[in-house]
Amino acid sequence: MDALLELLKSNARLSNEELGVMTGMTGKEVADKIAAYEKAGIIKGYTAVINDELADKNAVTAFIEVNVTPKADFGFDDIARTIMRFDEVDSVTLMSGSFDLAVTLSGSDYKEIALFVARRLSTLEGVVATKTHFVLKRFKESGLFMEDESADERGMVSP
Amino acid sequence: MIDYDKLIAKKCREMKPSGIRKFFDLANAMEGVISLGVGEPDFQTPWNVRHAAITALEKGKTKYTANSGLSELRRAISAKTERDTGVHYDPDSEIIVTVGGSEGIDIAIRSLIDPGDEVLVVEPCFVCYSPIVSLCGGVPVPITTRAQDRFRLTAEQLKAAITPKTKVLILPFPNNPTGAVMEREDLEAVAEVLRGTDILVLTDEIYSALTYGIKHFSIIQLPGMRERTIYVNGFSKAYSMTGWRLGYICAPQPLVKQMLKIHQYGIMSSPTISQYAAIEALEECDADVEKMRREYDQRRRYLVNALNSIGLDCFEPQGAFYVFPSIKSTGLSSEEFCEKLLYEHSVAVVPGNAFGECGEGYIRISYAYSIAHIKTAVQRIKEFVG
Repeated sequence: MDALLELLKSNARLSNEELGVMTGMTGKEVADKIAAYEKAGIIKGYTAVINDELADKNAVTAFIEVNVTPKADFGFDDIARTIMRFDEVDSVTLMSGSFDLAVTLSGSDYKEIALFVARRLSTLEGVVATKTHFVLKRFKESGLFMEDESADERGMVSP
Repeated sequence: MIDYDKLIAKKCREMKPSGIRKFFDLANAMEGVISLGVGEPDFQTPWNVRHAAITALEKGKTKYTANSGLSELRRAISAKTERDTGVHYDPDSEIIVTVGGSEGIDIAIRSLIDPGDEVLVVEPCFVCYSPIVSLCGGVPVPITTRAQDRFRLTAEQLKAAITPKTKVLILPFPNNPTGAVMEREDLEAVAEVLRGTDILVLTDEIYSALTYGIKHFSIIQLPGMRERTIYVNGFSKAYSMTGWRLGYICAPQPLVKQMLKIHQYGIMSSPTISQYAAIEALEECDADVEKMRREYDQRRRYLVNALNSIGLDCFEPQGAFYVFPSIKSTGLSSEEFCEKLLYEHSVAVVPGNAFGECGEGYIRISYAYSIAHIKTAVQRIKEFVG
């Protein structure tokens, strides 16, 4: 992957000038390149990786296996696009294996998610079955450890 | 009361403690210090390497190995060295697995130096060479590299330093603390001076995996040099394995045979668990090393740019993970600069003169830290210098 994209993936808060210095470009070149990536849809957005368990103690995330009946002509796309439009839904992925769509969603409590599955998801035309798994604890997210490993154990100064 | 000083061997008593020690003590005694002072990677050892060690431990691989190290590891070292340099070393007779690169340096010097022998030490450099030479009764002869030569050793300097007593040239590139590298043509000029003499080279290439914008070149790759060179490398820097204490030397069999005696009596064999982990590192971790190298490179660019922009004149290093800016514009000595920076702005760096007298007027800044950490430290240095 391009060095600029790799850097942005690990830290999207560096300035264009800083990114430029680190990758051997000018700030202007970085700005142009990022604009091109955005235009091409390669960069879809910039978000923070938040430890929900600390930010909101009641927040709940669920992973739902969804089995669907594919539609003629549209396959799985049609139902996937329907599901992804719900604001509660964080991600929708078409999977190989024993179920079809992997849906993750977050809610402010268990009940909210349960109601979403019962009232909105299960009732959609084409959804045959759902299996809801609640996230109990997150260990790693977007390449980052959610629990801090031990601090820097190196001494202050060494040869 | 026993007068211990009287009992201590003269050579040991006269050995100066490392100039770094003082700053270590000062910095550790203070609260809230942010350091750019360490000489070891910040990355964790790749997980598969750690896992290989766990597996070895579970399997009870806790006995001594052969004196020269596990045969499988020596074979992997031989293959790796050949992959990187094209030079072959026989795993059975030309390689010793040592306790870090440090032990390799130690047994190399001890196996070669008689009292009065002169050893050319290219400075500024890592702190251990001269004290070990002195301990053997040898005479360390510093050769000072200069900023205008991009801290590379020149053939003229080498020629000027050679006397009939010269036994060994210690060649530490990529260099700690300057970050300088020696390219093929630089080494060719040095080799030309050495060919036809009886001077041996001790090449410490512990940072060989960490070069930027340039491929590392070893003096052993040049015609006639393998036979007069002891090649030291290790796992600490490339694989972020400092605490595993594992390195190796490659050298012609008659030299290895002698060094192995010292290793055998002094060490027995290098840590077994570490040796099993090191096999995994050599065989499976090229991608991890490359990933770390790229990240160092980004930090290097950031740091050089930042230091230059705050007025600390900075030679662009192409290896290791240090920058070596001049602090002469501040009018302070290296130690004064470092002490003030530590006391007034709580940033720990290392005075250049800890790496040889010629390092006076410089400081060593390590970028074995995250960008966020470096940014904070640079901001403080800016407040200090500005």
